[in-house]
Amino acid sequence: MNLEEIKSEIETNVPGCRLEIIPNGSPSGQHSLLVDADHAFAAAAYLRDAPNRQFDYCSNATGIDWPIKEVSTKVKTKKIVDGVEKDVDEVVKTQTGGYLEVVYHLFSVELRQGPLVLRMRTEDRAERIHLPSLTPLWRSAEYQEREIFDLYGVMFDGHPDLRRLLMWEGFEDHPMRRDYVDPDDYEYEPTAHDEVLKRAQAHVAAEGGR
Amino acid sequence: MDEQLKSELRRQGVVATSLQELYNWGRRSSLWPLNFGLACCAIEMIAATMARYDLARFGAEVFRPSPRQADLMIVAGTVTKKMAPQVVRLYNQMPEPKYVISMGACAISGGPFKQGYNVLKGIDRYIPVDVYIPGCPPRPEALIDAFLMLQKKIDEQYLTGPNRPRHLNADMPSEFVVPEFGTHDLVPTQNSEVWKAPLVNISIAGKNESGRD
Repeated sequence: MNLEEIKSEIETNVPGCRLEIIPNGSPSGQHSLLVDADHAFAAAAYLRDAPNRQFDYCSNATGIDWPIKEVSTKVKTKKIVDGVEKDVDEVVKTQTGGYLEVVYHLFSVELRQGPLVLRMRTEDRAERIHLPSLTPLWRSAEYQEREIFDLYGVMFDGHPDLRRLLMWEGFEDHPMRRDYVDPDDYEYEPTAHDEVLKRAQAHVAAEGGR
Repeated sequence: MDEQLKSELRRQGVVATSLQELYNWGRRSSLWPLNFGLACCAIEMIAATMARYDLARFGAEVFRPSPRQADLMIVAGTVTKKMAPQVVRLYNQMPEPKYVISMGACAISGGPFKQGYNVLKGIDRYIPVDVYIPGCPPRPEALIDAFLMLQKKIDEQYLTGPNRPRHLNADMPSEFVVPEFGTHDLVPTQNSEVWKAPLVNISIAGKNESGRD
């Protein structure tokens, strides 16, 4: 299964689809295919229905939260200092993240192929959090997309029954997001330290000291 | 009654007993557990009831599918915050006298999932627990041990006096507050009549083993 081939195949069959191969540096080398949200449904439908692909099984769907993160990389540049050319380390700061990502693992049981890792990204983490639901293509994604909606807050357009799955109705926030603050239900810990110790001290102070 | 005389009479075929003994014997010998499990501990609970470990030897083989017919609630597994109101409601629906065994690390304190966003830090925050069994999960033998411990506890109860059990004391509550779903946590987060955060001297916490209160 060649990811480059699949990419060019989708590009010719789904006009306007923007694809990107995300390399995986680990020994497994499981590279993935990033597809833009507008054409994701058409691309996924192609992967399922094309006779030479037949990805008939979606084994897994999961979410990832990528908060905005500043990454500084050192770049060696040549600069002229006092008329002499010198190698200078320059720190370049770039921002990454700031979106929610959904990952699907697709298999072809018919052709004994897979997994194909398909990714989609929202535009940001607050307002534009809509992605197309792939449940109409693979029923197995239904509960997993509900779980992603519940825990990460991704809105799946076209999902037949988008309700919370693990948390209760009326719960606010999405607990798997990196910036989720859990409720302050402090409890005694025999070896309180660091964060727990700070919280414990705050509670003791609020209760009037011990 | 003198214990020695009693055993002497028993050897002669005469059984002498007191109402309290008979009453406690009746209660402890037919503890009917409520038939429900929450997670992996329930598998061990099921194993304890089957032929190999045979909980029936101790009079607890009748697992009732209705709280109205059960005496004992075995909280076997992780109690999620979403499930907690239902567990408390089931407990409230059980008739007195009723007992609770908190089985496994999760039911005691949240266990390995203690810091989870949806895990209750111990069922004893909402209902009174009689016996705790640590373990992850506890083996069936541990559950049997908890049974024996509970039976011993029942055996030692007085029917009258200030220390009489809850079901003989009209002033004691037999129903407990069912928590409601809030926007971030259960409301209330604990029943303060049942559970209070244990005291710890924070100024020396983690520094010194002795001297903790």
